[in-house]
Amino acid sequence: MGPAEASGNLVSLDGISVWLSGHEVLRDVSFSVRPGEFTGLIGSNGAGKTTILRVILGLQEPTAGRVLVKGKAGARHNRSVGYVPQKVLIDPDLPLRARDVVGLGLDGHRFGLSTSSGVRRRRIEEMLGAVDAAGFADSRMGNLSGGEQQRVLIAHALIGQPELLLLDEPLANLDIASGHEIVELMRRVATEHHVAVLLSAHDMNPLLPAMERVVYVAAGRAASGTVDEVVRSEVLSELYGHPVTVLRVEGRILVVAGSHDQTEILASAPHWLERT
Amino acid sequence: MNGLSANVVFEAGFFSSSPVHVALVAGGMVAVMSGVVGVFTVVRGQSFAGHAFSDMDTTGGSAAFLLGVGTLWGFLAVAVAAAGAMELLGVERRRGRDVATGVVLGAALGVAALLLFWDTTVSSTTGATTTILFGSLFTISGATVPATVAFSLAILAAASVSYRPLLFSSLSAEMARVRGVPVRLVGAGFLLMLALAVALSAITVGAILSTALLIGPAATALRLTRRPAAAMGAAAGIGLLGVWSGILVAYDSAQWPGHHGWPASFCVVAVIFVLYLVADLQGWTRAKRTATGQDRMARGG
Repeated sequence: MGPAEASGNLVSLDGISVWLSGHEVLRDVSFSVRPGEFTGLIGSNGAGKTTILRVILGLQEPTAGRVLVKGKAGARHNRSVGYVPQKVLIDPDLPLRARDVVGLGLDGHRFGLSTSSGVRRRRIEEMLGAVDAAGFADSRMGNLSGGEQQRVLIAHALIGQPELLLLDEPLANLDIASGHEIVELMRRVATEHHVAVLLSAHDMNPLLPAMERVVYVAAGRAASGTVDEVVRSEVLSELYGHPVTVLRVEGRILVVAGSHDQTEILASAPHWLERT
Repeated sequence: MNGLSANVVFEAGFFSSSPVHVALVAGGMVAVMSGVVGVFTVVRGQSFAGHAFSDMDTTGGSAAFLLGVGTLWGFLAVAVAAAGAMELLGVERRRGRDVATGVVLGAALGVAALLLFWDTTVSSTTGATTTILFGSLFTISGATVPATVAFSLAILAAASVSYRPLLFSSLSAEMARVRGVPVRLVGAGFLLMLALAVALSAITVGAILSTALLIGPAATALRLTRRPAAAMGAAAGIGLLGVWSGILVAYDSAQWPGHHGWPASFCVVAVIFVLYLVADLQGWTRAKRTATGQDRMARGG
């Protein structure tokens, strides 16, 4: 049908706008994700990253524009998209072990009595191994650390064999080492399981080794392409609507407000960004 | 030898008394069902709703008393009406859910005050208030046993069928919704299950105490095991133990020196509470041991 399908995109957003309680959260956002691609969805808190993910998932109806997932409108209940939300508050009293959570990803939506077959157990075991979670498979979910819970939730999303995995701020609340492990894991998973990854973060630096494409979101608008195409002073100044400068320091990228002589940092830490 | 030791535990006539049979069957069935529903209730954070249902059942029980029908039917009618009202007033958001529960609860209790007053003045049956509020296992009429068993089995069946979607939406409503779980429908279905479960426990240990049978065994089981199905099994077992030993103690206590006799409801709740304390103490020492273990690891690394 459309050009999206013809070009073989897994997901394409075309002119998406979203209004929430009288406030324009997204304005004319367009980008696409191709199969197997690792894309970073970068922007400050409140820039609209979560809304973009919710639109792709079909949890948020866009005010204008069109979303296609595998050439079809609306990804709701689409088995080809896996999702790890930003905040999963897990009560330590919840009687679910890591392996139970992964199992729910396989058949948690089904009614009727659970059949605990050997095939099911093996698939869960396999998936726990794939995210290096076999060591705490029998621990109660609420007793795991943030990084461990994140791994289990990734396994939960992956076991349904999606073609696209959406992760909302998986690095938030993780220490630097666990953050690196998650990025490395996602890169490995994307290659081994042929899954496209769309991962949102407020800091792009931890993602630089893995990221093939970037969707940079600011003030409800988005620019997409390779890091070199998008993360440039001209492109981001246009996006923010005021002059910003992109600095590359020892392999790290800093986005600062104003032109060369000004030094207010825009996009390397979230609490600085909230002011802009 | 066996007979002798049995006689020490079971006072004469325990096994031949028909009220005891009724109490064992109806109470046992309800205990098992409450254990299973109770685990979901605790996990979903709906203990307050459970408690509200039990208070509101007072209204249904007292109305039934006044009309001269079985209190079970009053409890059940109120359960369905209250679940419907709470769902309509908004149970979707957690905060909205508590507010809706509070509003419906307040109104129902006001009516209960009126009906209980009429029960005692108009019909001059003085035992009404105690029976409705605190139950009376030995006065359950044999006629209500089939209905009690049937409703309990129906709730158990519904809980088994919706077991996975219920657990899934307790983990994260959003993840469940994305995966195609009809989260709202599952939640409404559970609310009805909860209301009926509370109504059934109300006929055994009374409207006010029915939460004890629902939440107590579940909370205890959740301290003992980390597997969902095992927690439900354990809760059912603990509930059953509580109810049956409560019945036994109450029956025996009539023969004890010092005349009074202990009501079954008290004995049931006391056993459940003691079991919870034991499990909690055990969990507490275990947590302390793990915490010191982690400290040691942290210091080592």
